[in-house]
Parts: sequence; C-alpha cells; structure tokens
Amino acid sequence: MMSEGIGARVVRKEDKRFITGKGKYTDDVRLHGMTYASFVRSPHAHAKIKSIDVEAAKAMPGVVDVLTGQQLVDDKIGNLICGWMIHSKDGTPMKMGAWPAMAPETVRFVGNAVAVVIAETRNQARDAAEAVEVAYEELPVAADIRAAIAPDAPQIHPEAPGNVIYDWTIGDEAATNEAFKKAANVVAMDIVNNRLSPNAMEPRAAVAEYDPAEEHFTLYTTSQNPHVARLVLSAFYNVAQEHKLRVIAPDVGGGFGSKIFIYPEEMVALWASKRTGRPVKWTSDRTEAFLTDAHGRDHLTKAEMAFDKDNKIIGLRVKTHANLGAYMSLFSSSVPTYLYATLLSGQYNIPNIFAEVVSVYTNTAPVDAYRGAGRPEASFVMERLMETAARQLKVDPAELRRKNFITQFPHQTPVIMAYDTGDFGASLDAALKAADYAGFPARKAKAKAEGKLRGIGFSCYIEACGIAPSKAVGSLGAGVGLWESCEVRVNPVGTIEILTGSHSHGQGHETTFAQVVADRLGIPTSQVSIVHGDTDKVQFGMGTYGSRSGAVGMSAIVKAMEKVEAKAKKIVAHQLEASENDIVIENGEFKVTGTDKKIALPMVALAAYTAHNLPDGMEPGLKETAFYDPTNFTFPAGAYICEVEIDPGTGKTEFVNFVAADDFGRLINPMIVEGQVHGGLAQGIGQALLEHAVYDKSGQLVTASFMDYAMPRADDLPSFKLSHTTTLCPGNPLGIKGCGEAGAIGSTPAVINAITDAIGHDRITMPASPNEVWHAIHQKQAAE
Amino acid sequence: MSSVKLTVNGKAVSADVEDRTLLVHLLRDHLGLTGTHVGCDTSQCGACIVHIDGRAVKSCTTLVGQANGANVTTIEGISKGDTLHPMQAAFRDNHGLQCGYCTPGMIMSAIDIVHRHQGDLDEATVRHELEGNICRCTGYHNIVKSVLDAAGRMKVAAAAE
Repeated sequence: MMSEGIGARVVRKEDKRFITGKGKYTDDVRLHGMTYASFVRSPHAHAKIKSIDVEAAKAMPGVVDVLTGQQLVDDKIGNLICGWMIHSKDGTPMKMGAWPAMAPETVRFVGNAVAVVIAETRNQARDAAEAVEVAYEELPVAADIRAAIAPDAPQIHPEAPGNVIYDWTIGDEAATNEAFKKAANVVAMDIVNNRLSPNAMEPRAAVAEYDPAEEHFTLYTTSQNPHVARLVLSAFYNVAQEHKLRVIAPDVGGGFGSKIFIYPEEMVALWASKRTGRPVKWTSDRTEAFLTDAHGRDHLTKAEMAFDKDNKIIGLRVKTHANLGAYMSLFSSSVPTYLYATLLSGQYNIPNIFAEVVSVYTNTAPVDAYRGAGRPEASFVMERLMETAARQLKVDPAELRRKNFITQFPHQTPVIMAYDTGDFGASLDAALKAADYAGFPARKAKAKAEGKLRGIGFSCYIEACGIAPSKAVGSLGAGVGLWESCEVRVNPVGTIEILTGSHSHGQGHETTFAQVVADRLGIPTSQVSIVHGDTDKVQFGMGTYGSRSGAVGMSAIVKAMEKVEAKAKKIVAHQLEASENDIVIENGEFKVTGTDKKIALPMVALAAYTAHNLPDGMEPGLKETAFYDPTNFTFPAGAYICEVEIDPGTGKTEFVNFVAADDFGRLINPMIVEGQVHGGLAQGIGQALLEHAVYDKSGQLVTASFMDYAMPRADDLPSFKLSHTTTLCPGNPLGIKGCGEAGAIGSTPAVINAITDAIGHDRITMPASPNEVWHAIHQKQAAE
Repeated sequence: MSSVKLTVNGKAVSADVEDRTLLVHLLRDHLGLTGTHVGCDTSQCGACIVHIDGRAVKSCTTLVGQANGANVTTIEGISKGDTLHPMQAAFRDNHGLQCGYCTPGMIMSAIDIVHRHQGDLDEATVRHELEGNICRCTGYHNIVKSVLDAAGRMKVAAAAE
C-alpha cells in the first residue's frame, strides 16, 4: 500500500487517457452551433492603419461577422494589462503603452491582430480573413534592443520616450564600485541571451460560449492558471463579470510559461460569442503561435566580476538591456527584474552586487516568462563569468566555484534573496564523480590525437521557486497574491477529491498530489482523485508556473488534510470513547494506540455525513479548505557537467556525457521529477545549440515555422545521467523545493562552457550551431 | 466536393468533403477521433501521425482524397479492448509522456519504427528514426527508453502469436 506514497515511482494515473487518444484538449471541444474565428494580422512590424474594408469578407460563404479593433473600443473592452509594477531608479512608474486586443490605429509587431472573422467553418473563416482589405502606412521599425535604444530610434509607444519602459536597479552601487577599486582581478564579459519561442506542442486555443438567458460566459482555454484568467478578464477587460464567467483549462498540451498569460484571442473569442450569439472557437496554427505566443529571454548584458588575490569574489556589476517586445505582457516586467537580478548571487558568497536593468520596447512579439523566467538568464551570466574567470585566473573551474560557495545557511544575498538551505558542495561532488572529472584530461588527449576538440563545462545554478510569499511579492510590485488553495472532500463512502488551484499541463499532478494524500492516510492512490482547471469546481487558485505546484500547491493540500484529519480524529475519539490525541492513522484506518480499537476511513466518512453520532456541536460533513501562503521562496540548486566533442572540420558538437546533480528537497515521485529534469535539460540545451527566434531588420519573424526554428529532436540530444542530493526545504511542510525549471536553468551555461573549453576561447554566441562553432574555431586559428 | 470511402479503425466510413479537406480534419471534426493532434502545419512535429495501410503517415498534410479506399488506423484503434498495445504500455511504464499532446503521434510513429526494424533497435537508431516527431516535454530520454522497451515486448507478443 505505502509503495504508492511519498517517494514511490508510481506510474501516472493520467496516462491512460493520453496514450489511448482520449485526452480532452481545448481544440477537442465541440459545442452545438459552434463557429470558427480567424484573425486578420498585420504583415508589418510597425504601421498606421489607414482603413479596414470588411465588406468583401462579410459577403463570403459562411461568414457570420467580421469584427475590428474599433468595435472593441466602441464596446469599451479594456486594454491588456501588465500585472507587476516596476519603478525606475528615479522613482517613476514603468512607462506602459496601450495594448488593445485588436489594434484600432497602430500595429506594432508582425502578427498584431487588427480584425477577426467569425464563420461557419475553419476554412471559411480563413478564406474570409484573406479577403479583409487593410490599408497600412508603414512606419520605421526597431526590431532589436540596439535599434530601439539608438538615438534616432522610431518611437513605438508615445508613453515610453526612447522606448525605455523602466531603468531599474538593485543592490549597492557605491559599495560595489568600491569593491572593484580594491580588486586584484576583474573579469568582464558581454553576454547575449538569445531569444526563444516557447513552442508547447499544443497550440493555444479558446472556445467561448455566451448564454444570453443567464448572461453567462464559458471559456475553454489553454491556460496554466484559469482563475487568474477569469480574474483578469473580468476585472480589467470588461468582457464578463467574474461570477458570470466560467473558465475551464482542460488537458493542456504543455505551457512552459507561454500559457500563463491572458492573450487577445481569448478576450476576442468571449466578446465575439456575445456579439454573434454563437459559440466561437479559435485555434492557433503553428505560425500564429510563433508570431503571437510570448517569447522568452532576449537580454544584452555587460557583466564584471571582481576577485581578491585569493580568488574570492568581492563584487559583481551587471547592466542588462531586456527586450520586452511591442507590448507589455502579463508578467513581463517582473522577469528581467525580480526573477532575474535577485538571482545574480548564484551559489556564491558575494558581498557586493549592483545590477541595472533597462527594459525596452521593440517591434517584435511580446516577451514574457519562459521556462525558468529570468533565472536562466541570471544563471547564464553567473556561470559564464565563473568559467571565464577560472580560465583567466588559471584555476580549476570546479575549485574556483567551490572556493566561493555559500556554506552557511540561512544566507542573505545583497540582492534580496534569503537562501534557506542547501549543500552546493555535495551537488558538485556528485556531479564530478558521475562525470569522471578526474579522467577528463586523458579523454581530451585521446580526442586530440583523433583530431577532435573535447571540452568540459560546469554550471552550478540556483533558482528561486515556489513563487512566493504574497506579502513579499506585493511589496515588490506584484498585482496578485501568490498563495495556493486546496479543498479536500472526503465523500461519504471514503473516496477523496482534492480540489486544487494548481494546474497540470504535463506535470503529473493527478498522480503526485494523490500520492501525498495516499501517504498520509495509507490508502491507494486510486481512492483519490484530483480536480483542477475549472473555476466552477475549484474556488480559487493561482495556477502553475515557477515550480510552485509542489512547494505551494501540495503544501495547501497538507494544510487542508491536517484539518480533515483533525476532525476525523474527533469523530473517531467520540465513537470509540478515546482521546483524540491517541488516534493514529494507518493503512486507511483510524486506530486507538495501544488497543485493537479502530474505525476504517469509509466508516468515519459515513459517520460524518449521517451525523447520527457526532460530538456535540460538531458540523456534519468531512470537507475542509486551506489557503497556504509560503513564508519564503524555495531554492532548488544543483551542479551540471557537460562533456562535448567537436569536429573541427564541421563545427558539429556531439555530447559525450551530460550529468545533472540536483537538490530539490523532498521528491514525491522520483520518476516524474526525473522526467521534469529531462525536459528542462532539452530546452536549455536547445537554447545553447539550436533554438533562436530571429527577426530581420524590418521586423519580419524569419523563424515562424518548425522548418525554420530548430526544435531539439531526439537525435540532437543525449541520454542524461541524473542524481540527487537532498537538503529539505525548511519553509514548507513537505520540504519540497521544486524541479520544473532546473534543467532549463542549469544546462545552457554548462553546454556553452563545454564548447568554450573545447575551442579554447570565449567568443561564441548562442545558438552554438555548427556554423557558429566552425567560425569560432577558425577565427581563433586565424588569430593565432 | 468529393465522396470518399475508407476504413478507419476497422469501420467503413464514407464522407462528402471539400477537396482540400485534410485527413486529420476528417478524423477529428467528422469522425470525432480527437486523439490525432495538429501541432504544426508543415509535417514537422508528427503529432498527427496515423497509419495508412500499415505505414506511418502525417495526416495534417494528407488530403482525404489521397486516403480514398485506404485502411486508416489511429491511436484509438491500436489497443484490443482494454488491453493496451505494447507500445502504449511501454510509454506508460517508462514515463514516456508528460502533457500527452505529442504522444499519440509518437506511439503511432514508434510502432512503425519497430515494425520496420523487426524489433532490432538500439538507442542511436531510435533517436534517428524519431526525427519526424517533436516532443517539448520529455527531452526524449524516456521516449527512447519506451520504444526500446516496446520493441522487446512486441517481439515477445509476435512470437506468442
């Protein structure tokens, strides 16, 4: 029985429907009388809309209506919001330009919607969208950070002069400058973090239905946080009142951050369903996904690290320009600030840190959180600096890191974070052993003899997960609290439903959440079902991102279970005439310790609902709710080592070995945790070697299909060697730290560090394609 | 409009469809077989793979007319009642899926791979043969394990028959 509890490698309950083709994703929803939406999108990166002629489209077969941005304005539908306020160093609030769901006057990126066709079939909607005539007056374009901050840059939003959204700082500038004056050595680097497309395999979709009799809306959507979607759609966008809107996020085919945000298409589908009186379905095609899903990363950074004569870090100075695209997406402002710069201490004891972040508008798709969100960018800066420093200081990269590791906990960094616990040395030791670091020089020599370049790269990452204490994020500008809720319903027959505000889009909650409950009660997981993703069923929740489902969502389950168990014990104590303090729960039974008296869970549940024999004054029923607000972020950390071999003739990088040693605190289901790491590693390695969202100077997205955007395929990746060391998180009842983003955070620098080690210099930019690596090798040879 | 007749998961199907109708839309919209997914529009991701006359084919770029008269098997048609196909069981047992969206196409592709190699597969071959399928969740590590595991199971099953 307990083999299904915490720590067991239980196969997933949800898999049955997925492997038999019975999953229910948003595009699988079909409603009576359903119509299809197709958006008319701007082909220009920056242009004034002179006119929109919809008459020809309206006359086409099957067309129900054609709606424009001006009609949205006329119906007083609100602009999209950004939910995290950042103030510039001069104290002024961030400069936010308006983002209407469909542009009435100006388009600011290729793919910006200007109108929508509603028709009887998908093809009729697409045909008619082609027939909408839009006259544009093209405007000058700023398609990247450098173009946006140039003195003669085109103005993208009138509200943000010079295209600067905010110029934000953290840390002590004077003390950090002072540390640099005292430094024995300074390592300085320009670091580019390339832009990525998230590419969940399920494209975004929305099905909206309006019921005029009840003035009630239902929205099926590909969301990582349906309650937040409902809140924002009602409180800010004016498409429906919160109690008149049900948001259902059914099976969701991957999110990786891109499905946290509320997008124009969901708003328009709801609004159009009311205007047309018909259910409306919109499903993104892959090119629309590339054009309009929020992208990730895209930083330009100047970073300097100061060392004393003993190679101890005494200061870190960072200036980053972050590209937020043409409009500010829901959480975009927080990503390069509180999710990035606060992690710039890495695993290291750095007494002085100062970071400045300038976020800018460009004529590109909005940029927001993507797997890891800010933390991969921070980890990349820190670990590239450490590797380069080791090379410049001529010390072993592992030993330079070890010398600077934080070893005393709790540890307060100069950039807000209070690390609660960790053992960075243990992770590094585990990784070194698994990678056979001692044997590397011999392997490198052998490769050299065979005409190959071999390199080994390290990455010792830390992240802040479990986002986070509501009071803390509120003080930093967040527009929402970041607690989680859980309702535990013990049914009269003893089966249990867990209603959670967390949302599963591949993470296996139906299994792991059931394991936590099964573990506490000693029952099989089949007796527990997990209910999530529907605002009519679950009262409220904040959804899943930032590896918060374990540390925050499961903690809410524990809190609710504690209440249920306490009440159940009172019932049992009353019925068995024992003290409730003497009741223990084992194998699904409530037992009086030291006796053979016991009552099985179903009978306790039945007693609660029949209410024939309860303690005086006790309410009937066995159902409890908890809202859990964490006391701190959690701090997963680990050490990754990558060994590569490069063919100097082709520049192709082959993996010899990839080792990941992580500390995630307690693991509920190691099989699922490993799966999360595998997926993260693939995304981080994808960034290092393959992936790049490329805009040309005119703002056209050159990589708008899988034929142009290099997604990692099975043949591009190795099998991974994983291991775990454990320090339990002291901040939550289960000791969980979170595992969802680690792989994506830690792997990218490890790969690039390995390549720089192999080629013998640091002048390489991501993605390190064979072409890039070949040129890097041959530039070096030419220079020598 | 054209009239087509085909067999889907053992059942005779006839339909009048626009000439441009793709097989995936016939399966999903007309027949309600929503296990076959659309992940791209360029035959790159493989979420839409079905078997046509026993061969793995991308249904998002196959016109219904091209499948006229053919025998089509989808993810819904590979298990025998409640008994999972060995490939389905191997994906479950090896945690070869996460969000499940690419999974039907992966499974249909993987069955074809095992058939073509008659079960004699190694990791490098599986990785190479999976190049027409994209997964964003698993990093392929457990998918490769699943396919190798299923290759063994399918051999055993074939030997037993």
